[in-house]
Formats: sequence, C-alpha cells, structure tokens
Amino acid sequence: MAKIIGGIGTSHIPAIGIAMNRGLEDTPYWKDFFAGYPPIRKWLDEQKPDIAIVFYNDHGLEMFLDKKPTFAIGCAPSYENADEGWGIATIPPVTGETELSWHIANELVEQDFDPTICQDIKVDHGLTVPLSLMYPGHNYQHLKVIPVCINCERYPMPKPSRCYALGQAIGKAVESFAGDQKVVVLGTGGLSHQLDGERAGFMNTDFDLDSMDKLVNDPEALTKYSNDDLVAIAGAQGVEWNMWLGMRGCLRGKVTELLRNYVAPISNTGAGTQLLLNE
Amino acid sequence: MTEQNKGTWGTIKFDGAMATLGFALNKMCYSFNTAEAREEFNKDEASYCDKFGLTSEQKEAVIKRDILELERLGGSIYYLSKFAGVLGLNVQDVGGIQTGRTTEEFQAYLDSQGRGKHNG
Repeated sequence: MAKIIGGIGTSHIPAIGIAMNRGLEDTPYWKDFFAGYPPIRKWLDEQKPDIAIVFYNDHGLEMFLDKKPTFAIGCAPSYENADEGWGIATIPPVTGETELSWHIANELVEQDFDPTICQDIKVDHGLTVPLSLMYPGHNYQHLKVIPVCINCERYPMPKPSRCYALGQAIGKAVESFAGDQKVVVLGTGGLSHQLDGERAGFMNTDFDLDSMDKLVNDPEALTKYSNDDLVAIAGAQGVEWNMWLGMRGCLRGKVTELLRNYVAPISNTGAGTQLLLNE
Repeated sequence: MTEQNKGTWGTIKFDGAMATLGFALNKMCYSFNTAEAREEFNKDEASYCDKFGLTSEQKEAVIKRDILELERLGGSIYYLSKFAGVLGLNVQDVGGIQTGRTTEEFQAYLDSQGRGKHNG
C-alpha cells in the first residue's frame, strides 16, 4: 500500500514567491521566515516522496465565481501556472499524477464526498509558492502533485470539521492504494490574517501558536470551530486553517512534530511552518 | 438568528447575496489576469467598467479607488487584489486604504502584533 510519510503546513503568501524571485531570503525582513525551510528540504531530500497531495485554495486564477467547486481534486498529468494579475512570476508546469488521484476520487465518492474532478486546471500561488519553498530553483518536477482545492473565499464554504474529514477520507484512500509510493501531504495558507474591511491587518499569534500545538495532538479540537468562529478569532482569511486541517486529517498514524517555525507579520499574516511525521 | 448571521466587526461576509451584487465587478477584476485586459482598462477605465456592466456606484468606486465601498458593493478581496495590482498597490497599501492609515502606519500596526521576527 502507498504510505503517507508526513504532513507539512506552510504559508503560501504571494510575497514569498516574489521575495524568492528577487533573492531576498537573507534580508532582515525575510531571514527568520526562510530559516524554517532548509530543515524541511533536508527531510524531503532524505525521504524522497514520490507524490505530494497539496491542499490549497484557488484565489481566482482557475476557479472564478461562475463555477466554484466546494472541493475539487486534480487528476491530470500536469498543471500549468499562469498570470494572476499582480506580478508574481509564473513558474514552469507542475507534474501531475493520474493513478492514485483517480483512486482517491473513486474512494472519496464511496465515502460520501463528492468533489469536482478536474482533468485540466491551472494552479495558482496557493499551490506554487509552497512547491517553490520546498524545492527552490523550480526543482519540483520529479514530484507528482495531486491538487486538492478547497473553497475559502465565498460562503457557503466547507466547515473545518468537513475539511478534516475530507483529509481522513483521502488518507484512507491512499492507504488502500496498491502501490509502494511514498506520499507527503501539504496544508497551505494562513495562518491568521485579514485582508479586507476596516479590520484589515488583524492577526492572532496566540491562537496560531496554540492551534499549531493542537494540530499535533488534538486536531479534533480545531474541528469544533465554525468558519464564522475562525473569522472572528483568526481574521477573515483565517479560514485557510481549513487546508491545514485537511492535511492533518490525512495523517492517521502516530503523529509527532519534527519542526516548527512561526513568524509574524509576513506580508499581512502570521506565517506558520510545521513538519509532522506520520508513523 | 442562526449562527450563520453572526458578524465580525469590520468584516463583510462574502456570501451569496454579496456574490450576486458583485458578480459583474468581480468578473471585471478576474479579467485582470491577462495583460491585454489590464492594458485595456488603463486606457479607458469607465468604458472598461461599462463593458462588464458595472452599476454606476461600482464604477464610481472603481474610479475613486474606494476599496471599502467596492467591498460593500459586492467586491471580493480575491478579485479586488487583482484590481489593486493594476493600480500598482500591494496588500499593505490596500490595508492602509481600508483602515484610514498610510502604508507605513499600516505596516506599523502589523509589526505591533509581531512575533518570531528577530531581523536575523
């Protein structure tokens, strides 16, 4: 059976991609943030996962309001990135996967999740910034990526408990796949931040750090929140915690925290980085 | 009152009613994913707004760069960010505009909540 070796939580802020393009990693503003990544890259180099399942949200590159899936899964051999309108450089195509991804799609429907199944989607910074962080210099094309997209923009959006359950269903599906692939799961986005309204700039660093603790040993506590709760506690875009919950749901073994970093503010957000081992 | 109707101060919940109100506005901003659209908008903002069928209130708010008003008129921050990009504004500039601060003041507000940054 395929095995999920661990989960990685990471920010996906566009400014990170821009900073990498400009070579600003060692500048005072960015240094503490980027310091969290070399140990994760080392772990990835040692573990050599074959496949990455990436929970992300599309910010209006592919999934506009005209047809906006609540949950979507990619089953394509490759994914293009494209111009998002405000200046982040486009990265080369991301390698996809067409066997485990279809297996997950089939199993999800059997488990009463009904995602939109996508054979041709563009992926935005929600997915590409994390990949660039894990594999700088665009050295990610050996890794087969399965995108899992969660609506975090327009209400109604899936509840935290549902995102966690989706992760559990995906974890179960991976375990039932006849193969010996090593799979890593990424939860991207967050943590606390608010971009819109008179409350713009709100963060909650105590909540972020406490929730990173809970993510390790008591993730179900986080599933008790509603999205409205998350907005109140962690800012309007704090609902991106849902991607981290999806990631954590996939880890069905004994979970231990290997690495953590947290820096705020990065752009307008509390930026968390966390590596969880699944045994 | 259902849980759903609970609001947070200074936050417009982008739900079905707002998405309905703002569909044309958001569609226009979504078009800014292409360089050709950005160029066309920059040449004649009012005509570009008309092409997408914005209301006169939405058009006026676009011309005035009134981000908060655009949110009240159904704009989603996901697409308004693309509008901000056309104007050469980053998310700290947009934060300042919405909160009545200069960009420097907004950055200072963010920094006042800072954690884990030791400047190397």
